[in-house]
Parts: sequence; structure tokens; C-alpha cells
Amino acid sequence: MHDHLLSILIWLPIGAGILVLMLGEGNVRAGRWLALLASVATLALCVPLWQDFSTHTAAYQFVEKAAWIPRFHAYYALGVDGISMPLIVLTAFMTIPVIIDGWRVITKRAAQYYAAFMIMEGLMIGVFAATDALLFYFFWEAMLIPMFLIIGIWGGPRRVYATIKFFLYTFLGSVFMLAALIYMYVKAGSYSIAAFQALPLTLTEQRWIFFAFLLAFAVKVPMWPVHTWLPDAHVEAPTGGSVILAAIMLKMGGYGFLRFSLPIAPDACRELNMLIITLSLIAVIYIGFVAIVQPDMKKLIAYSSIAHMGFVTLGAFVVYAIVRASGGLQGAAMGMDGAMVQMVSHGLISGAMFLCVGVLYDRMHSRQIADYGGVVNTMPIFAAFMVLFALANTGLPGTSGFVGEFLVILASFKAGFWFATLAAVTLILGACYSLWLVKRVVFGPVGNDHVAKLTDLDGREFLILGALAVAVLLVGIWPAPLLKVMEPTIHHLVAQAVATKVPV
Amino acid sequence: MLDPSNTLNPFAVAVPEIFLAAAICVVLLFEAFFGAKRRGATATLTLFVLVIGAALTVVYANVTQRVVLFDGMYVADPLAYVLKLAGFLIVAWVLLYSRSYLENRDMLKGEYYVLALTALLGIFVLVSADSLLTIYLGVELLALSVYAMVAFDRESGIAAESAMKYFVLGAIASGMLLYGMSIIYGLTGTLSLDGIAAALHSPSDLGVILGLAFIVVAVAFKFGAVPFHMWLPDVYEGAPTSVTLFVGTAPKIAYFALALRLLAYGVPGAAIDWTRMLMPLAVLTLVVGNVVAIVQSNIKRMLAYSTISHVGFIVLGFVAGTQSGYTAALYYMLIYVLMALGAFGVIVLASRKGFEADKLDDYKGMYRRDPLLALAMAMLMFSMAGVPPFVGFWAKLRIIQALWETNHLGLVILSLAVSVVGAFYYLRVVKLMYFDEAPETLPATVRSTGVRFALGINAAAVLVLGILPAPLLDLCSRIIG
Repeated sequence: MHDHLLSILIWLPIGAGILVLMLGEGNVRAGRWLALLASVATLALCVPLWQDFSTHTAAYQFVEKAAWIPRFHAYYALGVDGISMPLIVLTAFMTIPVIIDGWRVITKRAAQYYAAFMIMEGLMIGVFAATDALLFYFFWEAMLIPMFLIIGIWGGPRRVYATIKFFLYTFLGSVFMLAALIYMYVKAGSYSIAAFQALPLTLTEQRWIFFAFLLAFAVKVPMWPVHTWLPDAHVEAPTGGSVILAAIMLKMGGYGFLRFSLPIAPDACRELNMLIITLSLIAVIYIGFVAIVQPDMKKLIAYSSIAHMGFVTLGAFVVYAIVRASGGLQGAAMGMDGAMVQMVSHGLISGAMFLCVGVLYDRMHSRQIADYGGVVNTMPIFAAFMVLFALANTGLPGTSGFVGEFLVILASFKAGFWFATLAAVTLILGACYSLWLVKRVVFGPVGNDHVAKLTDLDGREFLILGALAVAVLLVGIWPAPLLKVMEPTIHHLVAQAVATKVPV
Repeated sequence: MLDPSNTLNPFAVAVPEIFLAAAICVVLLFEAFFGAKRRGATATLTLFVLVIGAALTVVYANVTQRVVLFDGMYVADPLAYVLKLAGFLIVAWVLLYSRSYLENRDMLKGEYYVLALTALLGIFVLVSADSLLTIYLGVELLALSVYAMVAFDRESGIAAESAMKYFVLGAIASGMLLYGMSIIYGLTGTLSLDGIAAALHSPSDLGVILGLAFIVVAVAFKFGAVPFHMWLPDVYEGAPTSVTLFVGTAPKIAYFALALRLLAYGVPGAAIDWTRMLMPLAVLTLVVGNVVAIVQSNIKRMLAYSTISHVGFIVLGFVAGTQSGYTAALYYMLIYVLMALGAFGVIVLASRKGFEADKLDDYKGMYRRDPLLALAMAMLMFSMAGVPPFVGFWAKLRIIQALWETNHLGLVILSLAVSVVGAFYYLRVVKLMYFDEAPETLPATVRSTGVRFALGINAAAVLVLGILPAPLLDLCSRIIG
């Protein structure tokens, strides 16, 4: 089974999704259970993936390779290393709450809803598992279709605007990445990512490629100033769509930087690292301020996502500033470790926050902060969860949010005092918007009659929020296994990032 | 499989044309004697003709090498074989989709089918042409049949108008073609394409450039490349949808062959000249096609502009001017025909008597009225937009690869940018079908099982060829390379 584990992880959910679709709206009950079963099975299959993953090598593991388009030397090639494996596990983990969350809430075209999310899961795992650039792009773009439908069909009042904006924005970014990939294929004669990483490229070529990738990944992360699709998409998407968008799809941007930009165009990255670092710091600080004043809960969390993802890009590119400041590589791996942990942690926390908003929305049909107040009085258990996740969002020690941010700030110190100081502003801003949100929504006297009628979590909601809370605390208290899994890959990546590829 | 060395009987490889010509006479006579009594019989007979024709093509015309026959007038090669086979299948599919549409509008007449077959014969003549004379013969046979088809609905003023427009502009294009050909003939003294290719080496000879300019204009007109596209939206919109379906698919094969044989194989020595002429055409075509499609409210007209934008991509393959570029153009053309077949097929199936289903708003809430039709249309739209896992993605990828190989950075960026613009209007169709609710008044779609099965195969092909693109890509490389 290990020979085809990744294939199973990709195609099991997709197959289940198609089956759910074929069962149709008449058999939603069966379809729901099938989706749940398949998503749980997918997560179960991640256990051997994690268990048998060797932490001693940076090479791809669980490798599969089959001819796909022999004429283009494009292969159905899969494999995982320390940066893709945790993200696959995260994907499998986060899909289950989404399926359970929709259980009673989604009544309109429910079979299609579950099918879309299951197909989505398979495609997202495919993005992380592909080691062939063409296959990667194939999954990367295919993923847009279910998300487009999810926002467009089950979204809020402005869903059409939001989903078309989402699609065109990301499509625009991706097509230029495709141009870069084909260019490298013409030079390298293969679509293998490893071949691209080994391909010598002049500085001019690297610059073009860097910007093509930047466009694709910056839109996905999203980085300031190409983030404007995200608040719209999040606000209009159904809860499940927001969760997947924030927890997984944003990570693909960060993953792209680590997998493509740094190893393929290291010289251009070195040259332009201040650009990324500046954009990241703008995201952290400016977007942090923007988040504070949002009247809509989902929008607030969306902006907080952008700010947190700023840490990912900062951690990935701070390596060059460290080399420049200290001449050595000490702390460089820490920045990337931080970026990776931040991705996993943000996946859990933002997903949980959106689920919390979903819980409230299902009861009140409002996302406006002003419509709430004193929820703790009627929903004490929910309030406990919401406070926990909000604190994790601020980076409280003991939660997963702390680990990633702490590592990145620590690495920034090696690069320079001001980098770290500016990055650390997030600790204040994060506390501002998260805690003020909690204060206005959860605490205080009961705001109005509707809040007074609220009922606390049911078993289903308790289950998903509880599982996420355990995960957030686990990564926060004991991040060592995660760091250990990533270690060889990160070291290899740092070496690739500081090497030069300009042909002599 | 025929070995060309022992092809003693030159008629063997020409069996598709000969069979088709004979079959046209049979269908015509059949219609004259039995057509009035049994309305649908001619239609069924025509489908039989197409199926038998395809089978005969596989048996007799499947050559592995280039065979030149009839004093250099006719060439049989793998390209011609594949295109003829595709021609039979496409026309069969077109007629299958059209039947109930024609029935509802009292257009189910034998002449319609005869015209479709003569057009197909014109396509075959063009595809196998190896002389300027044969090319012209094919162009006219195809064009005249299609003009008549566009005007087939006698009651419709708009159809007559668009047929007239098509005819006048088409005649001018034919004139251009003849004029260009006469200049080339005057310079080389031969009508044979092989002879011309051998005689014309020097690129920048003024006479050659002049002749080429006229030929390029004619080719651009036939394809519908901007600024010679004016007829295309009008004809697509004005013609009965079943005719639009025909015009939008099968003739593209012939015009691709026309461009390939006349430009790429006929005057390879002057490639630098005609690629330079095609480049501004390609740029204009891509931009105008995609931008103007956005503001259309009639889906036939929107798809007409989308056709123009796809033509831009096909022309880009010729602009690359390499084997790889021609392969990409061939692949793109085949994929485009597959997608257009499905898309116009959906429109044909969605329309009823007195309801043309040609407004974009007629597709609102299609998901609820007819899930299969909506799903097929959505797949086709995503494919046309070039989104994986659908096959349209590979067509675009292949063109961009050919452009990179020839270092056309500007064209790469332009073609990608306009694809994003194009994605917008394709998404709008999906939005109408899936996100909007249907007005109560819209009539039901065509429910006949056989036709829906054909559409299902059409849509499935778009997905399957998208997931496993290797065989068709290989085939295209083999027959060009």
C-alpha cells in the first residue's frame, strides 16, 4: 500500500465525491455519510504517512512515478518531503470539520456540496504531493472550479461578485506561473520540479521567473496589495468554504514560495528579498490595523489571516537578510521552520475561528459584530472555545499560534533589530483585534433578545471545535515532532536558497 | 493500411471522396423519390453514409506516407487521413444534434443533408489539395454549400441577410485568394504546391510578398481573423442554430488544412514573411475576440467572438512557424472543434419550437431544468477558458510552448492575459446556469436519449482527453512531424 499511498490519498476523496454526486440529491443521507467516511478514511491513511515518514532525509518519500505525457517528459510523479507532508495531513484533518459542519446547515443542493468538498480535498492533496510541475499546475488550477462553485452556489448575497473576483484574480496569477513553467520546460526538457531546481538560469531569467511565481503565489497567500479578493471571498463563502480557503488554499501560496521560488530562482530571491520582506511587514502591520476596524466578523478574521500569512512570507525570505547581516546561516532555518509552523497553526486557528463564526451565523444569520454581545451568558461552552481560539490567534504561549510567530521573530532578530521589532508589532495588533472581537461578541451583558435566545453548542459542533482545540494546544505545547519532520527538508531548502544558479 | 509503393490503383486512397460523391447522388435521388413520404428517412440515410464513409476511410485512406496522385493535384497523407476521419465524425455528430431542431422548424428536408454532404466533400477536396486549382475548387465547393445552408430557413429574414453578407464577403475573399494565387503562379509557372515550394526560396522578393499578402487575407477571412472577421458574428447569430453548429465546426478543419498546405508547405521559403503578416492579425484577433465577447447578450454571438479568440490561438501556432507550432495549431483546432461541437450542440438541444435559446438569460437556472445539459455546458465553458482538468488547457499550453520555443515573449504574455479576460465570459455562462434561479416560463429541453448520449460522449471526451492528453498530442505530432 505504501507504494500507492499518495495516489490513494488523492483519488479516494475524489472518487467518493463523484459517488456522492451520482447518488444525487435524493440520497443526501447516504451521500453525507459516505463523504464523512471517506474523509475520515483519508485522515486515517495519513497515520501511516506520518509514521513511516523518515526524518533523516530531505529526499522525496512515498515516491510514485508513471508516464503521463511521454512526449513532454511529464510524469504522474508524486512524493512528499518535510514541507509537503504536514500540509497534506492538515488538509485531510481540516476537511472532516467541514463535512460535519455542513451536516444540518446545508439543505440546498447538499449532495453537490459534499461532492465539491471531497473533490476539493483530493485536488488539494494533489497540489502538495505532485513532484512534476505540470501535474502540480494541473491540480492547482483544477482546484479553482469546486471553490468557484462553492462560493457561487452556497455563498451570501454578493456571492457572484465574490466568486468571479476570486476566480479571475487567482487565474490571472496562475497563468503567468504557467508561462514560467513552460519556459523552464523548453530549457530543461522535463517538467520535473527537481530538474527545474537544478536548471542553471541567468539572473535576468531568474528575475522574470521570480515575478511570474510572485504573481501566482502572492495572490494565493495573499500578500498586500493583491489581497483584495480574500475579504470578499471569505465574507460571501459558506462556513465550509471559508475554512478550506483560509486553512488550506492560502497555504498553497506559502508552499509555492518554498517549493518553487526559493530553490528555482535563488539569485533573484536574494536580489529582491527586501521587496518580499517589505510587503510581508506591510501585511503584518497595515492589515493588522485594517482588521481592528472591521464591523464584520468574517472580514475581521480574513484580514487577520492576511496579517498572519505575512509571517509565512517573512519567515521564508528573512534568510537573505540574515546572511546579509551576520554573514552566516545561523537562524536561517529557524525562519523557515517558523514559516512552516505558522502555516500549519494558522490553518488550524483560522479554520476554527471561521467555524466559530459559522456556529453563531447558523443561529443568528448575522456576521455583524454589533448584532452580538454577551454570548457567554447563553453559550458558555462556545464562549470558552471562541476565547481559546482568539487567544491562539494572538499568539498566546501554549497555543500553536505562539510557536510560528516566535520562531519567525527570533529569526528576524538575527537579520536586524528593526525587522524583529516591526514583526513583533503583530503581537500587539493581534491582541487588539482578536481580544476586542471577543470582548464585543462574547463578553458583556446580553446584547439583545436574539442573543438571549441562543442555545449552546450541540454535540456535533462540540466535536469539531473540541478536536481543533486539541490540535491547537498539541502543536503549541509540543511542536517538536512537527519540527523534527521538517528538519532535513528545511536544511536542504536553506542550502538551495543561498546557493547560486547563475551559470559561470 | 496501404503501402504506397504498391498503390497501383490511384483511386484507392481517394475512396473517401469518391464514396462521398456517389453517396451525395444517392441521397439526392432518395430524397426525390421517397423524401416527401417519409420525412426523417433522408436524415437516417445520411448518418449511414457518414458511418460507412468513416469505415471506408479507415480501410482505404489510412496511408502512412505521403502519396501524390492525379498529376500532382491530390495528396493523401496522414494529415489528410486524420482530418477526413474527423470530418466524417464531426458532421455525423452535427447532424445527430440537429435533427429535432430541424424537425421543429419544418426544415427537416433532404436538401439540407445534401448540402451538408457537399460541404463535407469540399472539405475533403481542400484537405487533400496539392495544387492551387484543387484548393480553389475545395474552397468554393465548401463555401457555396455553406452559403445555401445559412439561408436554409426561407422564412427568416435575418438568416437571408446573414447569408447574403457571408456570400458577398466570401466572394471578395475568394477573389483575393485567386489574385494571390495568380501572382504566385506568375512567379513560379506552376500550380503544384510542391513545385511552388521548390521554386520559391528567396523570402523577401516583392512579388512573392504581394501574392502572399492576398493569400493571407483570404485565409484570415476564412478563419475569421480580425480585421476580416466581420461576417462571423453575424452569420453565427443569424443562421439557424443547427447551421451555426455546422459552420462553427467542420469547415475549421478545411481552413486549417488550407493554411497549412498553402502557407507552411506551399511557401516555406517565405515563412518569415507570412509569419510577420500573421502576427498582427493574431494579436488583433485575440484582443478583439475576447474583449468584444464580454458585452454580448446573445450566446451565439458570444460564442462567435469566442471562436474568433480561439482562431487567434490557432493563428499563433502558425506565427511560431515551426513544426511544433503547426502541431500546436492542429491540436488546438481539433480541440476547438470538439468544444464548439458540444457548446453549439447544447444550444441546439436547449431550443424548442418557437424558442431559440439564444439569449444568455435563457440559460438561467439551467442546472435545475436539465442537469445533464448544464453539466456538459459547464465542462465545455471551463474547457474553453483553458482550466484543467479539461482539454482546452492542453491546447493553450501547447501553443504557449511553441511560442516559447521561438522566443515570442510578448505573444506569450498577451495570449495568457487575454485568456484571463476570456475566462470572465465563460464563467458568466456557468454563473447563469448554476447560481441563478430559472424563470418559470422557460420550456423543457430536448429529452431524446440518443442525442443526449451523443452529447454525453462529447462532454466526456473533453474531460478524458484533458486527464489523458498524451494520445491525441502524440497523434498530432506524428502527422505533422
